[in-house]
Amino acid sequence: MLILGAAAYSTPLIWTICTSLKTNEEIAHEPNRLLPHRVTLENFPAAWHALPFVNYVVNTLFVTLCCTLATVFSAALVAYGFARFKFRGRNTLFFLMLATMMLPSQVTMIPVFLLWKQVHAIDTYLPLTVPSLFGGAFNIFLLRQFFMGIPRELDEAMLLDGCGYFGIWRRLILPLSTPALIAVVLFTFIGSWDNFEGPLIYLSNPDNYTLSIGLDLFHDQYSTNQGQLMAATLVHIVPMLALFLVAQKFFIRGANLSGLGGR
Amino acid sequence: MGTENYRRLFTEDPLFWKALAVTLEYAVLSVPLGIAASLAIAMLLNQKVRGIPLFRALFYMPSLVPSVAMAIVWQWVFNANHGILNQVLGAAGLGKPQWLQDAKWTIPAFVIMSLSGAGGARMIIFLAGLQAIPSSYYEAAQIDGADGWSQFRHITLPMLSPVTFFNLTLGVIGSFQYFTQAFVMTNGGPNNASLFYALSIFRNAFEYFKFGKASALAWILFAIVLAITLAQFGASRRWVYYEGETR
Repeated sequence: MLILGAAAYSTPLIWTICTSLKTNEEIAHEPNRLLPHRVTLENFPAAWHALPFVNYVVNTLFVTLCCTLATVFSAALVAYGFARFKFRGRNTLFFLMLATMMLPSQVTMIPVFLLWKQVHAIDTYLPLTVPSLFGGAFNIFLLRQFFMGIPRELDEAMLLDGCGYFGIWRRLILPLSTPALIAVVLFTFIGSWDNFEGPLIYLSNPDNYTLSIGLDLFHDQYSTNQGQLMAATLVHIVPMLALFLVAQKFFIRGANLSGLGGR
Repeated sequence: MGTENYRRLFTEDPLFWKALAVTLEYAVLSVPLGIAASLAIAMLLNQKVRGIPLFRALFYMPSLVPSVAMAIVWQWVFNANHGILNQVLGAAGLGKPQWLQDAKWTIPAFVIMSLSGAGGARMIIFLAGLQAIPSSYYEAAQIDGADGWSQFRHITLPMLSPVTFFNLTLGVIGSFQYFTQAFVMTNGGPNNASLFYALSIFRNAFEYFKFGKASALAWILFAIVLAITLAQFGASRRWVYYEGETR
């Protein structure tokens, strides 16, 4: 069952890999076959040299790392507030935060753009990175759900030991939520690495372009060249896949439960 | 002016009701099926089996392929004559639906496609949720002689309920904003069978330049999703269990 499912789910990627190994004549051939008749590696160097990919990778990495660090820190702190403290207007604030997810991005795009334009931040990385200092409703809601699952008696025990609220967050809540935090890192990294709309709207100088914009340029300029597009797509996917393989190590059952032993 | 945009939408615009119906049908089908599939995959991938990192990566991969490439792949899968799906169905002696050309099959096709994302973020969240369940609970249940099903029913499901609730809430919000694939693959067709709500906002704003109507549509969407979310939070008191909740 595991193998059958895995096979079905990896079809799109296998198709991408196979297409990247085909010559253009073969891709155009109908009906399309999955496996390449003759394997060629020429799409990879051709795609790599067609656009300044090294430049794009550096830009993307910069934006992505800023976003990931800022998001995890802010989201974890705000989620702690929502999960553990009672204060006036907490529920209203929480729903206000959730409401930010309820309009499609196509609707909010134009007002948000005008806002950034007024502070002269167009063609900088500010519109792409600064919002992550607010954590994002998705991540805050997700972490809140995990934090609320941690028994309160543990907080109280630490309070009795003379630990402050910040200490409880750092030494109890965060370590016990490692898989959830890793999930937020993974989603933020991938979301930022893959972000297409943001760079498309805010960046105009080609030197500042990110990888996803590069891929799209590729799609426009080389629309007949599916093999090279798929090769470039693979280059785009590899860092995300690498991060996933590292991140999934933290999803080992029972690895993070030392704090709950004997309960 | 004033409420004119809203009155017209409710009384004179059949496409408004069509878009709402299409989106509701998609949400009702794809959200529960997607959650069940994600949970099943997460439990499958939570086992201690050799090569589990590889299996996890394979299930996660469709979420990493950019939507342009993904749309091309799915058009190939749904191709009525030599698409892989109909080849399998044909070989099994079942019919060969005209997935993206027959209005009857368009929404089911989009639901099937949405299940290809079941190994993605939602599954990872379930996987993280499964990690947070103390293994001592299962050990105690085994000592008491509980079988696999009752362990799932009485430990896994209640302990996962905060995470399931999260996935449900976000699933509904997401399904009401479903746009990209419908735009790329069918662009609302055939005969408006895939005229998703977000697609109709996009068309009114950027194709017909009726910004007033598009804004009215967006506010109605916001009101509907907010109402559903509030109702879900209300109902959640009955089925979501937080171990660290103040009572």
